[in-house]
Amino acid sequence: MEFSEHIRTANVENVVLRQPFHPSTKGTLCITGHHLIFSDRESQSCRQVLLLLRNIDAIEKSVENLLGNSGLLSSARWKERAPGPSSGTLTIKCKDLCVFQLDIPGMEQCLNIAHSIEALSSMNEVADMYPFFHRPHDASLQDQWGLSSPQHQYHQMEALQRGRWRLSYVNGDHTVCPSYPPTVLVPKAVSDEVLLKVARFRQAGRFPVVCYHHRKNGKVIMRSSQPLTGANRKRCQEDELLLQAVIDGSDKGYIIDTRSSQQAQQARMTAGGGVESKSSYPGWTRLHRQMEKGKSLQESLIKVVEACGDQTNNMDRWLSKLENSKWLYHVQTALSTAGLLAECVERDGHSVLVHGSEGTDCTLLISTLAQLIMDPACRTLEGFLTLLEREWVQGGHPFQQRCARSAHSHARLQQEAPVFLLLLDCAWQLWYQFPLALGFSEDLLLRLATEAYASDYGTFLCNSDRERCAIGVKEKTHCLFQALLKPEERELYSNPLYESTELAIWPSVHPQSLQLWRGFFLRWSQQGRHLEEAHDEMRNMICQWGRLAVR
Amino acid sequence: MEHIRTPKVEQVRLLQRRAGQRKPLLGTLYLSATHTIFVENHPETRRETWVLHSMVSGLERPPGGPTGSQLVLRCKDFRVFHLLFPLERDCVEVHASLTRLSRPESYSELYCLSINPNTNQEEREKSWSLVLPSQDYQRMGLPNNLWVATAANSEYKMCDSYPAQLFVSRWASPAVLMGSSRFRSRGRLPVLSYFHQDTLAAVCRCSQPLSGFSGRSEEDEQMVTAVMKANPGSDFIYVVDTRPRLNAMANRAAGKGYESEDHYGNIKLHFSGIDNIHVMRSSQQRILDVGEQRTPSMSDFLLGLENSGWLKHIKAVLDAGVFIAKAIADEGVSVLVHCSDGWDRTAQACSVASVLLEPYYRTMKGLMVLIEKDWVSFGHKFSHRYGHLDGDPREVSPVLDQFLEVLWQLAQQFPCAFQFNERFLLDLRTLAYSCQDGTFLGNSEKERRSLRLQERSFSVWSRLWRDREKYWNPLYRAEQSQTQGVLRPNTTPYCFKMWKGLYSPAETPAPPAQTPVDFLSSVREGSQQLEQQLANQQEVAAGGPAPLGSRQATGSPDRGANQLPEGGGTQEED
Repeated sequence: MEFSEHIRTANVENVVLRQPFHPSTKGTLCITGHHLIFSDRESQSCRQVLLLLRNIDAIEKSVENLLGNSGLLSSARWKERAPGPSSGTLTIKCKDLCVFQLDIPGMEQCLNIAHSIEALSSMNEVADMYPFFHRPHDASLQDQWGLSSPQHQYHQMEALQRGRWRLSYVNGDHTVCPSYPPTVLVPKAVSDEVLLKVARFRQAGRFPVVCYHHRKNGKVIMRSSQPLTGANRKRCQEDELLLQAVIDGSDKGYIIDTRSSQQAQQARMTAGGGVESKSSYPGWTRLHRQMEKGKSLQESLIKVVEACGDQTNNMDRWLSKLENSKWLYHVQTALSTAGLLAECVERDGHSVLVHGSEGTDCTLLISTLAQLIMDPACRTLEGFLTLLEREWVQGGHPFQQRCARSAHSHARLQQEAPVFLLLLDCAWQLWYQFPLALGFSEDLLLRLATEAYASDYGTFLCNSDRERCAIGVKEKTHCLFQALLKPEERELYSNPLYESTELAIWPSVHPQSLQLWRGFFLRWSQQGRHLEEAHDEMRNMICQWGRLAVR
Repeated sequence: MEHIRTPKVEQVRLLQRRAGQRKPLLGTLYLSATHTIFVENHPETRRETWVLHSMVSGLERPPGGPTGSQLVLRCKDFRVFHLLFPLERDCVEVHASLTRLSRPESYSELYCLSINPNTNQEEREKSWSLVLPSQDYQRMGLPNNLWVATAANSEYKMCDSYPAQLFVSRWASPAVLMGSSRFRSRGRLPVLSYFHQDTLAAVCRCSQPLSGFSGRSEEDEQMVTAVMKANPGSDFIYVVDTRPRLNAMANRAAGKGYESEDHYGNIKLHFSGIDNIHVMRSSQQRILDVGEQRTPSMSDFLLGLENSGWLKHIKAVLDAGVFIAKAIADEGVSVLVHCSDGWDRTAQACSVASVLLEPYYRTMKGLMVLIEKDWVSFGHKFSHRYGHLDGDPREVSPVLDQFLEVLWQLAQQFPCAFQFNERFLLDLRTLAYSCQDGTFLGNSEKERRSLRLQERSFSVWSRLWRDREKYWNPLYRAEQSQTQGVLRPNTTPYCFKMWKGLYSPAETPAPPAQTPVDFLSSVREGSQQLEQQLANQQEVAAGGPAPLGSRQATGSPDRGANQLPEGGGTQEED
């Protein structure tokens, strides 16, 4: 196998591992094509640590006793100062924000290990990644892949509003829009020929599709990418027709653009993008809400993680660093824009189209959050995972590009952006504000935050459905969402306090109400242990109550 | 009664934004001798709002509009009521009446002394015996061969702000006590606050020494040595000066100051850097402003929080407590704590340390005893600090607020460690300000005794104890790891949060979610009821000793012993 050429030293004895929450232990370090394995044979417990190399974000080397070798000191003095052989320390910073140290005897071995980690953790060939090798004993590749199906969603809508919507297979071979799934929901009045033309008028072919149908009033959330009106305000009759069909003539609709109106105008003048003008789309009212994405979001993540690692113990410094990171500001903007979207649908009773430019980042973020706010069916464990699969995996969020690196990486930023992480943070804020309304637990959000960056499963691989089909992700890897719903995992990922409510859950977006997601950002710091005990206690209480009640 | 000019005004509108209210209520306003009462007109709800006169902290009359005259009522629990009167005359009258009523000039005007205590004499006497500092000294195993009771202050002659009952080192002679007292600000000599039975180390408290730049007192030095001797395991003590070092040094110019390590052998000085009452008062005003901003941006909020300095002060108080608790539990070294007068920051530091060290103080009864001992009996000036009477506003300061907030911050880190919930802390705070009961009235034990409060009013503790079901933390388990032993909190800045329940309660999401505490409490109750039913059924079914036997088999003996009676048996039988 080609991994082997990166492995010069596969095994090192007498390595000391220093990890949060554990006493430092001595054991054997082993490196394989996909994993770093540490096993501690000294203690009775036989602790083994298995780390996906893909999870490693940055590695720092500090090699001791180099002075002697460089000849700056005489060998006699060197011996005096540092008896014993040379050694090195690797500081390993993971994408799940865990930081740990390995003290490795022998400078050469240490450098070899570091080299292997660097090379193997940055391999970008998807088909070589671990999900293609992961074979859990309790699952088969023949098991069902994924949870959601457009057919199911269609039948639900059809039962409520016969004849308004249809399934289109125009993207069956991913040629119309590479980032859409083969089956999409569109207004019934619009034919596939029209869709083809609309796709040409929208960036990367992302024509408006239905992503949510509000049962209470039959209104929908559509999403798309920006229209390519360009500097000379090009129009597309088919596009106008499609949107007109959504609001069915009489009504009116809202377009939420996740860019400021200046940004949108600039996209029109310089990049061939644009907005739906009032004159061409008379039934539609445009609302602009500027949301940061891309580089500035990634930098925000880097800053907030750095602030959390600040050791100065100074309150003022902490608060100003937290403010300076702007992370909570992004959380606030995302939740308030999602709230606006939900308000349009639930309170005003109008359909909404959401897009920014590509329509693969902030668009998905706010359409997902709005559904969590409005739809009780999305708030169960299955419902939430199905929502994520539909909106993010099938909806074409480029996971591979966005989650290539995390907050510790020294590599130059490319297309990384923690949009999915921001979604999980916002979902946590909802969970924190409505402790009883969501059926999933914080552990689920934490697990997803880890899996999106490094996973045993194929769910978050690639950037689009087309790419996944091309390399056979669904045939050759296992599905994370299915695994999370297994009975033995279920208990951990369900919220013991869950009591379903039919009401919309309107979050407070006041800064006083938004919290730093300590469970994630401070996951590896001292705090948290006692909180786990509290969670166990809650679970026990509810279980006991349940047991008594059924007798 | 003579201060009430208008007892009743109709067609008044009332708006309380902090409760999340958007539309004003229409109703009738009544002024009684003790309360302002608003009754809504709406025939179905007829909601009532009662505000005790002593809870009013401020009254404003902003310029009125065409719809009427406005009166803004600010309360010490941070509620704000906007009242709109159709006639200006009524507004002026109510304003004048309330201005006088909310600033009583003598204790006899206070609510707690306005009731007739003799209607229920037995209950009143019982209420005062519920919580006594002497019970706590007994619980600590005092007196013993290290610490003894002294009668030196039984008539409050040595120190008028100390309690009559004091415990001092066995090695301190009466002459040393007298000499030390004379050398300490306001006579507050080093006495015992908390004795740790495992390590035999003790937390002692006093005020600053009157040392100036070079003053000495042989007796006071002997007193400090006596404190050290009362701990057989160590050859030095820590002196924790809870003030910032600079403030302590500045005090030397006024003939006060701190202990010199040269003069007192065997001490190690430590400064905790807690700021004075004036800094705290304005800091709390600033964090309150932050909480009241209507639509702040995220930056406004975080920078406002930083500029208020409030969390920094809370951290300083907790850090002081952590230092003391570590010295006692880990090093087994006794600690002498003081600030300037030894009744504000010293009370905070000693009681925080006690809570960290002693699981008992994390129960409802324990916290009551702790406050009764460290705060009430040791002369924390409740009436001055919480503005019970019309007086110097510079004496007012949120000292107890900070202690209660430290407990709240700790409960965030240790959700299972405290028997009480957030509501208990909030209500306790309100009761300290409102002075509805005799406990917090006055500024010292001596003053309270001369006012014969035990004959004229009730104790606050019986009121809280009566409502204990409401204050129960459903996650508390007497046998759990957090509940036992020393609490070791993380005091990194990110562990401190704004106490939303106190400073910004209105900003809750809609619909107002049922809180986990309510939910878990109902689960707990439900389980108990089911268990009770089950036990009854089994008794009926078996009609004899069999179910009893199975019960004994499953319940571990120490579990039963640790459980408070109202905790109920939650062990299931499978």
